[in-house]
Amino acid sequence: MDKVWTLILKESRDGLRNRWVVMITLVMALLALTLSFLGSAPLGTTSVSPLAVTVVSLSSLSIFFIPLIALLLAYDSIVGEAERGTLTLLLVYPISRNQIIIGKFIAHLFLLSIAIFLGYGAAGLAIAFSAESSFLAHDWQSFIRLILSSIVLGAVFLSVGYVISAAVKDRSTAAAIAIGIWLVFVLLYDMGLLAILAADSEQIMSGELVKWLMLINPTDSYRMYNLTSSNETALLSGMAGLSAEHTVSNLTLGLIMALWVVIPLSLAGFILKRRQI
Amino acid sequence: MRIMDNISTIRLDNISKQYGKHFGVRDIDLAIGQGECLALVGHNGAGKTTLIKLVLGFIQPTNGQLSIMGNSPQHANFNRLRKDIGFLPEQVLFQTNMTGREILIFYSRLKNANKAEIEALFERVDLCDAADDKISTYSKGMRQRLGLAQALIGQPKILILDEPTSGLDPLSRQTVYSIIDEVKNAGATVFISSHALTELDDRIDRVAILNQGQLVALGNVDELRENIGLKSIVKISVNQADAGKLIEHFPVFFDGHNEAQNTISLACKGKDKAHLLADILMLGIQLHNIEIYDPSLEQVFMKYTQPNEATQETAVLHG
Repeated sequence: MDKVWTLILKESRDGLRNRWVVMITLVMALLALTLSFLGSAPLGTTSVSPLAVTVVSLSSLSIFFIPLIALLLAYDSIVGEAERGTLTLLLVYPISRNQIIIGKFIAHLFLLSIAIFLGYGAAGLAIAFSAESSFLAHDWQSFIRLILSSIVLGAVFLSVGYVISAAVKDRSTAAAIAIGIWLVFVLLYDMGLLAILAADSEQIMSGELVKWLMLINPTDSYRMYNLTSSNETALLSGMAGLSAEHTVSNLTLGLIMALWVVIPLSLAGFILKRRQI
Repeated sequence: MRIMDNISTIRLDNISKQYGKHFGVRDIDLAIGQGECLALVGHNGAGKTTLIKLVLGFIQPTNGQLSIMGNSPQHANFNRLRKDIGFLPEQVLFQTNMTGREILIFYSRLKNANKAEIEALFERVDLCDAADDKISTYSKGMRQRLGLAQALIGQPKILILDEPTSGLDPLSRQTVYSIIDEVKNAGATVFISSHALTELDDRIDRVAILNQGQLVALGNVDELRENIGLKSIVKISVNQADAGKLIEHFPVFFDGHNEAQNTISLACKGKDKAHLLADILMLGIQLHNIEIYDPSLEQVFMKYTQPNEATQETAVLHG
């Protein structure tokens, strides 16, 4: 375990020194602040809490942004070291390939968490201080849920990124595949599902099947979790119309996300073990 | 030579590694003893890297038995033995945003090595002043020496060096070789892959020559010279009058006469050099100069690896 810890420390320090982690935090904070204030402006003096609006707009932003950052952090982690020659060196040391994957994953997740926490946290605080109405406890609850689930969403795509990084031979291929994966998960998958639904005029596919097909995609699970996190967010996002039997328990959504972290990460370890050095 | 062959630290028995139909290495038998320094030489693509990867346990042999410190690298327990292996890859690009000290501390922690030795390692590779500088400010030679310091962490029992002196200036090369000597004298097994044949000549115990994946020669350099029939040349400068006398006395050894410079070249087997010199001195002629040229490792290597040479059959001598 001390070896994993050594790797975590080294990778975290490495990431913090790379200015782009700082850049990501700043960009996230900037985007979050802009979205929060622009998003809550049209509400005027409605009874809806500005923080709930922020949760809805931020979760839409996260679906695009967080998978991209996570994939960009992860795609290089193994293949980059292989290209520099440091992977060969690392493997000469008494550290197992699974330990390498786990150490890097934890470090990257830590970096991503800092960026999300600081970026979104700044937005939340700014709104809290600028808004006239006071916030209710459940507003904050939704907001904290947003931050935590965004970190989990990041973990999912870090895992997926490691599979790519462990499997391919050069960095440029890994980058291309990462972008492809990102497009599929955040855009093409839902579009494809919509297209199938539109074509399925005779309703061969049951509503239940469509729901589960959608939730297999971790970004959709994330969306579902945050947009139904309170009555207000559900109302704002148009999820309020979802009948009770179509909602999915948070436990199930959590399980889907957890599987999306564990399975790709194990797969990455498996692939790295078989990788010819 | 300090070879304790009874304890083979690295042992390859009939090892082959096949990639599809192509053999990376083929039927290699090799045992390297404790405290021995063996150089692995061969053309590019001769199988040196494959052999190193096999020894490091990165790839599995298609055939044969491999034992490192008495264990198979494929065995689950081998990971624990890795703390006793030091490795310097041919090219390693450390993270440029880290300092030399940070790099060594990181690798030292992975080996659970004593942190106190890091200072001594910097001293040994002559990087004390640059220890806290970022790698981005290091020259190529400094990076290579840092790589060597990395390989020495934890006082390894096996030191594997892939082209340790490539791109180094003469002074740095000297440092590398004196470190290799120290490590060897401390009882570690040193396994060097190199192209710098002229440098290796008198610094290694044995040489293994690889050609097209096969071990074509194994032994100490003198034995290989002898075996391949390469002769030492003794060049003697004499007075014009004495030149004829010399040729007359040593017709068997006569190899050439440079009349302009009045030098006679005599060729003899390495082991006969001393006798020949004694005989020359016995003649009582005035000698202006004597130069002795032993065949270089480079010549030995070329002879063993050139195609269509009569010496293609494996010459394995046990040193």
